[in-house]
Amino acid sequence: MELIANLGLGLSTSLTPLNLLYCLAGVFLGTLIGVLPGLGPTATIAMLLPVTFTLPPVSALIMLAGIYYGSQYGGSTTSILVNVPGEAASVVTALDGYQMARRGRAGAALTTAAVGSFFAGTVATVILALFAPPLATVALKFGPAEFFSLMVLGLLASIVLARGSLLHAAGMVVLGLLLGLVGTDVNSGIQRFTFGLPRLADGIGFVVVAMGMFGLAEITRNLENEETRSTVVAKVSNLMPTREEWKRMVSPILRGTAIGSALGILPGSGSILGSFAAYAIEKKVSKNSKEFGKGAIEGVAAPESANNAGAQTSFIPMLTLGIPSNPVMALMIGAMIIQGIQPGPSVITEQPQLFWGIIVSMWVGNLFLVVLNLPMIGMWVRLVSVPYQMLFPAILVFCGIGVFSLNNTEFDIFTMAFFGLVGYLFVKLDCEPAPMLLAYILGPMMEEYLRRALLISRGDPTVFFTRPISATLLALGALAVVAASLPALHKKREEAFRE
Amino acid sequence: MNPIARNPKDFLTGCIYILVGAGALIISRDYDMGTAVKMGPAYFPTLLSGLLIAIGIISVLRSFVKSGTPIGVVAWKGVVMILAATLLFGAIVRGAGVLLALPLLVILSAAASARFSWKTSIAEAVGITVFCIFVFIEGLGVPLPILGSWFGN
Repeated sequence: MELIANLGLGLSTSLTPLNLLYCLAGVFLGTLIGVLPGLGPTATIAMLLPVTFTLPPVSALIMLAGIYYGSQYGGSTTSILVNVPGEAASVVTALDGYQMARRGRAGAALTTAAVGSFFAGTVATVILALFAPPLATVALKFGPAEFFSLMVLGLLASIVLARGSLLHAAGMVVLGLLLGLVGTDVNSGIQRFTFGLPRLADGIGFVVVAMGMFGLAEITRNLENEETRSTVVAKVSNLMPTREEWKRMVSPILRGTAIGSALGILPGSGSILGSFAAYAIEKKVSKNSKEFGKGAIEGVAAPESANNAGAQTSFIPMLTLGIPSNPVMALMIGAMIIQGIQPGPSVITEQPQLFWGIIVSMWVGNLFLVVLNLPMIGMWVRLVSVPYQMLFPAILVFCGIGVFSLNNTEFDIFTMAFFGLVGYLFVKLDCEPAPMLLAYILGPMMEEYLRRALLISRGDPTVFFTRPISATLLALGALAVVAASLPALHKKREEAFRE
Repeated sequence: MNPIARNPKDFLTGCIYILVGAGALIISRDYDMGTAVKMGPAYFPTLLSGLLIAIGIISVLRSFVKSGTPIGVVAWKGVVMILAATLLFGAIVRGAGVLLALPLLVILSAAASARFSWKTSIAEAVGITVFCIFVFIEGLGVPLPILGSWFGN
């Protein structure tokens, strides 16, 4: 009954007035940026990271986590009411959600999304509490070879799950690893790739890169086709689904939660992949599959449950292994390091308050979100109508001031501008930035583990294949890549991302 | 047909990878390679550069045999204005202070939009500047001057 004691510890941590306040602030902000198209959780968390320096570690992480899963709720509102996804993970929700809104069932669609998300959030919280501790125990036995192989697996998975060409994504990973090496080498003390700039001695700030590639590049991309942006907001009348609608949403919510939870753990995906997969599968198995695309309630229930479940289970690798599965988690790791906490399997034993506090706060946050999103829907509807040309200058201002306040230097503003340009270039060339950012975080860690593994094996590189856990991890990675490049699956993968 | 026209994405991406990889490889030669047992600072970067160059070459070769999709619309105005607005903000924020730098950033970037209007942008610039002075500078203590060194502060 250790679990109950642990959950009790989590409850007592997350229910302090201060942490409740930061949890509420997090989910409120999350809903806000979820509702606003063009502003995602990665850029927001990057902007807010400097602010969290001053908070206690638990409060800071509770708030940042709230922003991430909160944005999954908010994203559905915009998808349903304006047919523009508020969040990447709500793209598929727009397909049927907006059609429901056009038939006057906007309220029912919003309720479905909220109920599905809440259920999924609750289940995902339980999954986290059940599976994270044993995983951390296993990870404590990992040596450098295992950690290196685990990171290889994570990066390979992020390549497979990236949109577009596998080859381009692979290049982005290597590019990110190289970029991560900029700065002082911890072993020799030599400054690498700094071009003699003293500002680069500590490396390029991850937040600076993230804000450039996710904040600035995204703004530029949105300016490409602003004329086609729809501005008609659907009316919300009755929030209550009919008895028939309640019945139809049950199994899609269950299936969506299962798919989202499973896929959320995979590196490189988080919430996005889950929502696409849940929609595609629901379309296949539902007996109302003819209605899909014309306002089927299943098409809202399944992806919305999946993205929320995925957002939460993606914390598992971060909290237990110290390895980020998506850029948001990489920022969370950054926040931990800033707070003086070394991410990894020991967090759970050394910082039980932090670990269980975050987990329980997720459930509390989900409760807040239902209240924020249903009774207070009117406020968000008004916000949806804020035009993008008013929004993006404000985003730019927050990026500018946020990035400056990291180290109080203009140099970071210039670096951010540079990565904004690079990010847009890569968007145009079909090279997704997410794998690069993951690799960027993992770069220095991988080098260190490689160094240690080879030191222990006396320079024998076969150590990665002879140690069973390491070999299994590498085999899994190889399998994923081979599977993704098989012609049949390759086609399926393209279809999945196009929908 | 030449590869740039037929598969611009593969061709250009490949070129970028080769260039960056080659650059990193050349810089790495200044560092100590070490051995597998005792990896020097050049060991991992050299490994990665080689891999990046290989990926780049495959991508370029692929653009000769397989056709791809065109690059599509480029928001040139957006690229230039957003970049210029951000760089200008960074360049003058200490000298001029946020009272000037922020409105410039807002209006210059807003002008990148096809739906730009002077009236709303000026109103927005005023609102954002006031908000930032109160929240970031007074509230959170970000060390940015309201009026900068050019004004004798």
